[in-house]
Amino acid sequence: MRRVAAALAGLALSCAVCAATPEDKLSAVFEAVEANQLDVALKRVDALIAAYPNFRLAYLVRGDLLLARARPLETFGNVVKTVPQERVEGLREEALARLRAQRERPGEDLVPRYVLQLNPEQKHALVVDSRRSRLYLYANDGGKPRLVADYYVTLGKNGTEKTREGDQKTPIGVYHVTANLPRKKLTDFYGAGAFPINYPNEWDRRQGRDGHGIWLHGVPSNVYSRPPRASDGCIVLSNPDLLALGRQLEIGLTPVIIADEVEWSDAKTLEAERASLAAALEQWRADWQSRDTERYLAHYSQRFSSADQDYASWSAHKRKVNSAKSWIKLGLGRVSMLRYPRERDVVVVTFVQDYRSNGLSNVMKKRQYWAKEAGAWKIIYEGPA
Amino acid sequence: MLNLNAPREWLRGSAILAFTFMVGGAALARADDLQEAQQLFKAGQTQQALERVNRALAANPREPQARFLKGLIFTEQGKQQDAIDVFAKLTQDYPNLPEPYNNLAVIYAGQGQYEKARAALEQSIRTHPSYATAYENLGDVYAKLASQAYGKALQLDSSNTGAQNKLSLVRELVREPTQKPVAAAPAAKEPPAPAAKEPPAPVAKEPPAPAAKEPPQVAALAPKAPEKPAADPTSDVLQMVNGWAQAWAKQDVDAYLAYYAKDFKTPGGEGRDAWEKTRRERISGAKSIQVGVESPKVTMRSPDQASVTFRQTYRSDKLKSQNRKTLDLVKADGRWLIQEEKAGK
Repeated sequence: MRRVAAALAGLALSCAVCAATPEDKLSAVFEAVEANQLDVALKRVDALIAAYPNFRLAYLVRGDLLLARARPLETFGNVVKTVPQERVEGLREEALARLRAQRERPGEDLVPRYVLQLNPEQKHALVVDSRRSRLYLYANDGGKPRLVADYYVTLGKNGTEKTREGDQKTPIGVYHVTANLPRKKLTDFYGAGAFPINYPNEWDRRQGRDGHGIWLHGVPSNVYSRPPRASDGCIVLSNPDLLALGRQLEIGLTPVIIADEVEWSDAKTLEAERASLAAALEQWRADWQSRDTERYLAHYSQRFSSADQDYASWSAHKRKVNSAKSWIKLGLGRVSMLRYPRERDVVVVTFVQDYRSNGLSNVMKKRQYWAKEAGAWKIIYEGPA
Repeated sequence: MLNLNAPREWLRGSAILAFTFMVGGAALARADDLQEAQQLFKAGQTQQALERVNRALAANPREPQARFLKGLIFTEQGKQQDAIDVFAKLTQDYPNLPEPYNNLAVIYAGQGQYEKARAALEQSIRTHPSYATAYENLGDVYAKLASQAYGKALQLDSSNTGAQNKLSLVRELVREPTQKPVAAAPAAKEPPAPAAKEPPAPVAKEPPAPAAKEPPQVAALAPKAPEKPAADPTSDVLQMVNGWAQAWAKQDVDAYLAYYAKDFKTPGGEGRDAWEKTRRERISGAKSIQVGVESPKVTMRSPDQASVTFRQTYRSDKLKSQNRKTLDLVKADGRWLIQEEKAGK
């Protein structure tokens, strides 16, 4: 019995060592350090460096393991004080972020509160936890998110909540990838490739935020990864990670939700929230189709605005248009619902709208921002997507 | 960073225990050549020294002492590759000698080949687990490798990440003392059983097989090879404690410090260097020191671990004290060394 247990433990250990990602290997190095097996730790870090010669953090750990043999260490990354301390600090932070991610996995039964519903065409969604320097890749499992992978990411030098051009911050919000720029179209700085996202989106512009060029991209060929806070606002992944992630991204479809710190929820609570919003959306559709304009307009908030209209002009326009209709048929399809991080109860709802009436008929992709006001869901923005 | 004298002092001190490597039956003429070569080498006349060494080696090409000196001469002359060849061949022919590994490492380190230096030093220590010079050198090599790793981690110009290395070359070939047959063995004295002091093994707690757990310890306490005459370990310990107290009283700091194991637990948890510095200042700062060891009691914790408790009387021009002291000792390379020093009970 004991022998079986020992064999199993050995198996687990060897798998921790042979595991594919450098981060797993780094974690195995720290496990050896904690087990007071410094020789094992050094061997593991040497193997890691042999496999990933550009992994700077691994060199820092190697330096510590060697120096520990010569004299007691004062700190992690025990480099002499004359070297630029911010570089050491960056690597220390990377180590912390990577180890924390390895040890504090999201609970099995928890999902990010943002992904209320994915449409059937969205095979994946990305959720970024800025505080943890982590990007989570979720698969669309019948409209519900299922965690398939997570990656260490570098974000803006000056943190999050981008508002201005050049502020070197990463935006917080609900975005999607808009293009795929392969390596050959880029300088080495962007590494294996780049995927721009649609910052600033409708909500950002409404808040007066500017700036542009927020991408998911790789790293230069001379590094494996960069410190947690080092980009000009972009989301930076190691090149192998970017390539793996890139295969799952669909242009114009895959959501990228960037949060300060991901809020987690259980599936049941999430489903209740989704259902309440889905009901409001269905009521909006039914009320529009019924041509009862006042009931229809009751779905819009007083603070509503579209690209060029406020609530007053919008309602005046709608009253005029609707009164001219003898019939309307409205169909909604491919609905996605993504809660906006940081904002209190704001959900981005995107769908394909099939509008038919006497007179005009069209099919369009539409985006609405719904907000909860006094317990009821109201539309605060509407426009083509 | 590195006290060049300390290891040599240590080597000289340990010469009492160790004896110079000499191949039995060496012809007188050859011994003369070698002796002359050593004197010439010390006088800085390396070319003449080399001629004498070659003459000695012509008569006996495998003679390690002469080959070792030849390696030193090449090193001195800056013929690093030749020196490497000599020392490397010595490590192959005499893999149990730590010194050639050490010197090989010093040359590698001088060439910036720190990984090779590290391998050689680790080998040297594997040969002689308490080899102080190799330890100090290895410490420097680790630090150097660490600084190279940091340089890569932080993208620094690694050419200026540290001072040039100051590794110590060993100038003498000394053989390990354990090969020397131990003289009289007072077999009458039996080693004190550890169980005598501590409560007996809780047999009741482990009914299945108390005997299965016990024997290895007992076996380990007994001499491994029955034909080897067993020295009384407790008398070795007492001898060591007396030597330690004498070195202290004579204010021979190097000899005193040599009684402390490499992994000595400094009382305040400070670094070894800092502790040594304080000790050095204290001991050499006193006008006179008297140290007395009264009614020592030795407890063997394992064949190479012991504790000795005694009443220590200390008297210097500055301080007079009496207290109980316990030294935790560890045996490395036939030598008892202090691992921890505890005052009071």
